[in-house]
Amino acid sequence: MSGFFLQFLLGFKVTIVVSLASGLLGTAVGLIVATIKLSRFRLPSLIAQGYTTIVRGLPELLVILVIYFGGTAAITAVFGRYVEISPFAAGVVALTIVFGAYSAEIFRGAIASIPSGQSEAAASLGLSSWQAWLLVIVPQMMRVALPGFCNLWVSLLKDTSLISVVGLTDIMRVAFIGAGSMRAPLVFYLAASALYLLLTSLSLLSFRLLQQRLAIPGH
Amino acid sequence: MDFHLIFESLGILADGVLLTLGLTLLSLAIGFTVSVPLGFVRASSNRVFSGTVLSYTYVFRGTPLLVQLFLVYYGLSQLEIVRNSIAWPLLREPFWCALLTFSLNSAAYTTELFCGAIQAVPRGIVEAAKALGLSPFMQKRLIIFPLAFRTVLPSYANEVIGMLKASSVASTITLLEITGRARQLVSETFAPYEVFFAAAVLYLLLTLIVTKLFQILEAHLGRSKSDKDSGATHVQVVASKAIGTGLDRNSGNARSKPLKSFIAKLGRSSNE
Repeated sequence: MSGFFLQFLLGFKVTIVVSLASGLLGTAVGLIVATIKLSRFRLPSLIAQGYTTIVRGLPELLVILVIYFGGTAAITAVFGRYVEISPFAAGVVALTIVFGAYSAEIFRGAIASIPSGQSEAAASLGLSSWQAWLLVIVPQMMRVALPGFCNLWVSLLKDTSLISVVGLTDIMRVAFIGAGSMRAPLVFYLAASALYLLLTSLSLLSFRLLQQRLAIPGH
Repeated sequence: MDFHLIFESLGILADGVLLTLGLTLLSLAIGFTVSVPLGFVRASSNRVFSGTVLSYTYVFRGTPLLVQLFLVYYGLSQLEIVRNSIAWPLLREPFWCALLTFSLNSAAYTTELFCGAIQAVPRGIVEAAKALGLSPFMQKRLIIFPLAFRTVLPSYANEVIGMLKASSVASTITLLEITGRARQLVSETFAPYEVFFAAAVLYLLLTLIVTKLFQILEAHLGRSKSDKDSGATHVQVVASKAIGTGLDRNSGNARSKPLKSFIAKLGRSSNE
């Protein structure tokens, strides 16, 4: 049992790294897709709409399986021999796709809630459209998007457990292996639950602090 | 992409649709039934009761569904009490384990939805119901629940779609719903693109149907009342039914007159 303590610690680290990587990449994807959706270009915004609609209608597990098995098949075809894609890479790509689709919807709503006077004012001050977006729109939009983003981050943390199905040694996988070898599933899965609960609680707490920090007094 | 294979796998995966739908609908039904009373307890002013329900919802919302499923499927069998209980023949089967886990999970999410909606019912409406002499149970059944239900509906649609997608996790404990069937088929055919594409089509179709159904339901429930006066009209209608005076009938009845004007006033004051 004590030998598994270290294993759990490593799994804990993997879960955090996977979540942070796909969370950061997914946020970038979400921002870009949200901007495209709100732009006046017809075709790109239609494609962006298709992306968010399709991905949000699919189970996260299916997306992970598609990327893992599809990616393996694609690389095998390219190299001409069997190459297996790493579960870590497949998991990060899959969850980035999922997180990007959901966060795009949140960001789109948040950006749309910023009065158009803000970007007009930025333009009249001589800021380029790129500067206006980054310095005026995004900081204000973040405040609106924060509660939804927090929910999304918590589901992302929980969804990382699904990558264990394709073999990533995260918290869930360590619990699975431990439960099998020690014949004590109850203890190991309860330990895994406690670790996930710790992560989600810490996330909720830090997002609440961040929200308080960003709140405008009197609003 | 081999289109012939896609069509073929669509036919095979269709077998799994029944299990996906069965798991989703049954666990939603159980979850809903459990969550309505729990939502009222969670929204109550009693700290102890509310806190107890919160700890349940917090744990189930804060841990992955996969862990919960494995805890029930692999973990419960470790306990002597469970193995000797009458529920063991059921808990041995993956289907009932999945159903139990999904129901508990869905109940946790729906409880929080209901709690929010119950607290969002304007206090004046609840006080009006109280003033009309409705018992606490009748207040909840006739006034608070119907209003909370309408508030919850859009978010509940998301919960239904979420559950539909979450049911794919059941494939990890050997259940052959859409995803489970797809995984099996991929290992037989080594054609991940075609098979998963077919599975994705089925899921998107189901999501689309759910979305449309809820749009129809929302339109149906929202039709008779405009947003502005829905609450007040609702209290008026229920109150008049409860007292036995139709607002449009019995105009000659002297006894019902003060009540009638009171109910009418009620509507006006809560509209402001």
